[in-house]
Amino acid sequence: MEKGRQNKAFEKKETFPICLRTSHLDDSASLKTYLDIGGYQQIQRILREKISPEKLIEEIKISGLRGRGGAGFPTGIKWSFIQNDSPGTKYIVCNSDEGEPGTFKDREIIKNNPHQIIEGMTIAAYIMGAQVGYNYIHGEIWEEYESFENALAEAKKANFLGKSICGFNFDFELFAFHGYGAYICGEETALIESIEGKKGQPRFKPPFPATYGIYGRPTNVNNTETYASIPWIIQNGGESFANIGVENSGGTKIFSVSGHVENPGNYEIPLGMPFNELLELAGGVWKGRTLKAVIPGGPSTPVLPASEIMKTTLDYDGLKNAGSSVGAGSLIVMDDTTCMVSTLKRLSYFFYEESCGQCTPCREGTGWVYRVIKRIVEGKGKPEDMELLQDVSQKISGRTICALGDAAAVPVLSFIKYFKSEFEYFIKNGKSMVAKTHD
Amino acid sequence: MLTKKTIQKIDKELKKFPDDQKQSAIIAALQIIQTENGFLTNDLIAMAADYLDMPKIAAMEVATFYNMFELKPAGKYKISICTNISCALRDADDIVCHLKKKLKIDFNEVTKDKKFSLKESECMGACGGAPLMTVNNQKMYEYLTPQKVDQILEELDS
Amino acid sequence: MVKVWWLKLMIKIKINGKDLEVKPKTSIIEVADQVGIDIPRFCYHKKLSVAANCRMCLVEVKNFAKPLPACATQVMEGMEIFTKSKFTKDTQKSVMEFLLINHPLDCPICDQGGECDLQDTAVAYGASKTRYTEEKRVVFDKNIGPLISTDLTRCIQCTRCVRFLKEVGGMAELGLVGRGEHAEISAYVDKSVESELSGNIIDLCPVGALTSKPFRYSARSWELVRRNTVSCHDSLGSNIEVHVKDNIIKRVIPKENESINECWISDRDRFSYQGLYHKDRINNPLKKVKNQWKEIDWEEAYELIKNKINTINTKKPNQLGILCSPQTTIEEGFLLKKISKQLNTTHIDHRLLEKSFSKNNNWLGCKIEEIESHDSILVVGSNLKNDQPLLAHRFRRFAMKNNSFSIITSYDDFNSTPCLGKIIVNPSTYLNYLLEILKEVQSVTKYKINSESIKNALKQIKVSKETKKISESLTRDKSKNAIFIGHQVLAQIEGDNIKIIAMHIAKAIGATFGVIPGYANSVGLSELNLSLDEVNTDEVINQKKESFIMINFDPYFDYHSPKKITKALKSAKFNIAISPFVSDSLKEFDIVLPMTPPTETSGTYMNMEKRLQSFAAVTPPHGKSRPGWKILRVLANFLELEDFSYDSSDEIKVEAIEEINKNYSHNIKDFENSKKNKIPQGLELISPIRAIDSDMIVRRASALHQNENIDQAFAYINPKTMLKENLIDDQKIKVSSEEAEITIKIKSDEKVSLNSILIFGKQLATASLGMNHKLKIKRSS
Repeated sequence: MEKGRQNKAFEKKETFPICLRTSHLDDSASLKTYLDIGGYQQIQRILREKISPEKLIEEIKISGLRGRGGAGFPTGIKWSFIQNDSPGTKYIVCNSDEGEPGTFKDREIIKNNPHQIIEGMTIAAYIMGAQVGYNYIHGEIWEEYESFENALAEAKKANFLGKSICGFNFDFELFAFHGYGAYICGEETALIESIEGKKGQPRFKPPFPATYGIYGRPTNVNNTETYASIPWIIQNGGESFANIGVENSGGTKIFSVSGHVENPGNYEIPLGMPFNELLELAGGVWKGRTLKAVIPGGPSTPVLPASEIMKTTLDYDGLKNAGSSVGAGSLIVMDDTTCMVSTLKRLSYFFYEESCGQCTPCREGTGWVYRVIKRIVEGKGKPEDMELLQDVSQKISGRTICALGDAAAVPVLSFIKYFKSEFEYFIKNGKSMVAKTHD
Repeated sequence: MLTKKTIQKIDKELKKFPDDQKQSAIIAALQIIQTENGFLTNDLIAMAADYLDMPKIAAMEVATFYNMFELKPAGKYKISICTNISCALRDADDIVCHLKKKLKIDFNEVTKDKKFSLKESECMGACGGAPLMTVNNQKMYEYLTPQKVDQILEELDS
Repeated sequence: MVKVWWLKLMIKIKINGKDLEVKPKTSIIEVADQVGIDIPRFCYHKKLSVAANCRMCLVEVKNFAKPLPACATQVMEGMEIFTKSKFTKDTQKSVMEFLLINHPLDCPICDQGGECDLQDTAVAYGASKTRYTEEKRVVFDKNIGPLISTDLTRCIQCTRCVRFLKEVGGMAELGLVGRGEHAEISAYVDKSVESELSGNIIDLCPVGALTSKPFRYSARSWELVRRNTVSCHDSLGSNIEVHVKDNIIKRVIPKENESINECWISDRDRFSYQGLYHKDRINNPLKKVKNQWKEIDWEEAYELIKNKINTINTKKPNQLGILCSPQTTIEEGFLLKKISKQLNTTHIDHRLLEKSFSKNNNWLGCKIEEIESHDSILVVGSNLKNDQPLLAHRFRRFAMKNNSFSIITSYDDFNSTPCLGKIIVNPSTYLNYLLEILKEVQSVTKYKINSESIKNALKQIKVSKETKKISESLTRDKSKNAIFIGHQVLAQIEGDNIKIIAMHIAKAIGATFGVIPGYANSVGLSELNLSLDEVNTDEVINQKKESFIMINFDPYFDYHSPKKITKALKSAKFNIAISPFVSDSLKEFDIVLPMTPPTETSGTYMNMEKRLQSFAAVTPPHGKSRPGWKILRVLANFLELEDFSYDSSDEIKVEAIEEINKNYSHNIKDFENSKKNKIPQGLELISPIRAIDSDMIVRRASALHQNENIDQAFAYINPKTMLKENLIDDQKIKVSSEEAEITIKIKSDEKVSLNSILIFGKQLATASLGMNHKLKIKRSS
């Protein structure tokens, strides 16, 4: 990777690297680098001082840390679901199966700061009384999978993992697990199935992984960024973390900015930063063009037109009020040359292609939606297609085992909501309203 | 038959899981076998299944579910190029056209000399470096331009 | 932390405004089914795991924004469910629309038409017009064997078939390969489905994607008359529904009976009907004239028999031998017994495969439904999956739940069944293992044994680790356990000894003791006390006779020693076969009376749990064949025997049941230590019988035997034995028993016990060897 280009953010004052705090350093991923910045101090302190899991959970609750994978569930609460002292094996799983288009933050954490993930997971294991952990890494980022294996080997050698960690009475084994090309495995129960060596088909919930996870054992699944935030929170206290962000949105968040900006890349910023400031950090819209629309959290969050996003702050409430969501923090920026119809076609193809096929509405509906949009893009649209698309999408939504069905409906409904005229034009004239199509 | 080297690698993966949960290693096992063989045959899938004490059909389900597995012969270098939204916005289509023209193949085809095959891929989770592609599922190339693609192909070809 | 648990027996919910009290942990769909509220479903099946994938059963529940799947949602206190609301209806209608967009609307040419869940539900919930104008998916069909036809374009991916084979069949033979819209049902590369319960997926498939291959296109569902009866093959007595068109059976499906076959039947029960119409079926009595069969009429046949029988000096006892199949009905058995008495013969029996004949406790010892209520189970010497396919399923389910199932047998057909103890050894060593268990159990329970011979035998026994583990699970405190011995044990010379020791173990620990009987009426005929304690089939065969009557079996295949039975028949003067079929095996007979199979007669069977099940004919007799009881009644009348004026099988049944109710007591043999010391020569021949070879009817059912080369059978040998004996895979060898020598190809099979050769019994190519004795190998080039 061309170093520096991904990480302009932290060089500026406005950013606040926590998860990406080693990215600017040489040999960023090494154990030595991590130790130099005070790594693995927290787990040792916890074990030395025998800090109670309850106290640690309390600290995490105060921090306001919410799951960074997209759902935004408060981490402290989630971690209290698993009884620390219940008998038998429990598992800690890190979800690095980053496949939501526009998302690439976990990759960078693994690449530059793997030991912080390891320490975060080890603390989580301590809190929940787990003995074994897996980091499930997106199959497409193979180099990161291998580098994480190296980090694990380093950590094991230095006794930060394995039996009697750092000489204390605490064992935790952590392994890397790679996916092999299935977006759905980012769904936590599909991921668990995948770890069991099966197709990644989501399980019906309840039971939730906290009671019935890997091999039927209690399992906690969190996103990479969530775990990577933990050592900092334990080090500096929940309140310091909460103070970085805004109300209801504690701490920093990595936003992956892609698409039509001058400097695409990861920007770890305090939650609550106005979108226009982040856009500026990313060098603004490329080629001096005008902003048309932004998908703020990956395609499973509703697209927002420029007018809406420009007045929005990047935090859970700000984006919610604007009618969208933080999601995984995957800002996909589109300039005024973007054809929304063909863009929607590509996104619909994605959901059609990635549907696991388990539930009828998603299996059948995603293909239906894709074919209708494809037909429109081929110039064979019919006036009733707009209503059909919306109706079919609404009937997929909320009727499936996992959220992929809901996600598939989101772009269709939001694209048509904000860019209706573009669809109407395409259907009527058989061609795009904007000059260039990305078909 | 699975080679000794393959089995060693699978055994290493097996250490990650409880003894009675060998099936957990199937994705890794198929990946290892595919890396050695270029693609998966029905027999190879069955061998992996037997080695992990799991039903053949369950291994088949896995091999057909995860789309980085190749069930047909691929080129010596399998190029997977992402065409999803972030790449598309940064003109991945131009790169696709360039690749197709240069290699004289379409998606899911293999060049006559069996050196290259081309596959359309979904998001690889590295969209900051769009447009991008991987070779043989392992090496990623980012910030692609037609010139850069030429250079990469040349390096691989030599 | 203090946890407070309280038990609540019932919870209150509302469905469609109606208050209900229901058990907690039940799903909405279970509750609805109990109270008769219809919720449409495709993937849900009460006997399978919940997949919740078809989404057809989505219903509105108060306080939930999204509709919930009734199959996967457990009821909770205060839950209000609406199965008829607009929201529910709209949701179900939309799911129906999705299901239909890729489903071909080819109902008129689909075999499922008229009995299709999708069709019915579409009529009730679907729209009349489609909004889908895009291309429909097409899926190529797969060949999954001779029994099940696939039309996968119609598949709605409910995965019932996949789950059935994995969960009930015990082997994941089908899967859903591919993903999303491209997912399709498939076996591993066009492999045939092998489960002996595979046909059930035809019933489970809610659409026409999996249909019966033998039935295909032969009738429309509405043309069929449905009649209930009882399967005549294994001793479970599965209840079946027979579908008849123009007096011909077109297909067979299960008739649900939770306490017997649940809602399943084995493939043997389902597809055996084809055998009824085999070319060997006879329409008229046959007389042997110059080694040719000549059709005669009944009158002539009876006259002929009368003349021949009258030449026998019945003052001398046992001049006549009567052997019948264990599928003979109670009514027929009763008449046979009555005839034998008046003809002064006690040489009558139905135990054709047995080599051990003690008559006590020859039934399951408990209800079929009670099997799974035990804490620990030991099965000895059973070829369960082939002998009793559905019973095997119950044992498997027990094993999955309890992890306390143990087995001592010679062929490891239990790899999908988690076994606490599994000892795969030759039948000749079963006794030793049981003695080990007895010794261990005795030391724990202080059970007193009076028999000197057993005491002596126990002295030499050393308890091994494996048997100790089994013993421990059988002697756990307050546990209710069971020991069952399989039919295979009775086919061994040592069978009675094994049974005695197994009964002692059961007694010592207060366990259920049972025998898993072989055939549909093995128990009934036993209870009828057909033969005296001193008499058995081998003696009937070994003592010279004037005449034999053999009913409803094939002497070459169905008796364990073809050589001996042929010799016996040859030495007799006049042999009468009463059989639905004629074949080369009947060449030593002088006359064959065409008897109807059970589907064409009324009768009663007593199954393994001593349950009497009566049935009526489901089709009229084929040609001029007659039900067995009628043949025997008229024969008795011709022979001027007394008291045979029955007008119906019911009249016979009443007397037969009186006979059964006499509860004959039997001599209980003592343990004999003598046989044990014989050192076996050669390798032990293990002769399990495949489910599809068990009787005359199934052997003739064509689909069950498709793709089979009848001239070829294999000898399965453990690879370790092969190494020791210097044999290689696929090698042709000569094997000889005391009865015959044959040439056979070897297949290596790890599931076979060491130092043995497994050759399935009742197969044309190998039957001459006889069953369950010793074999010698001669290498051939």
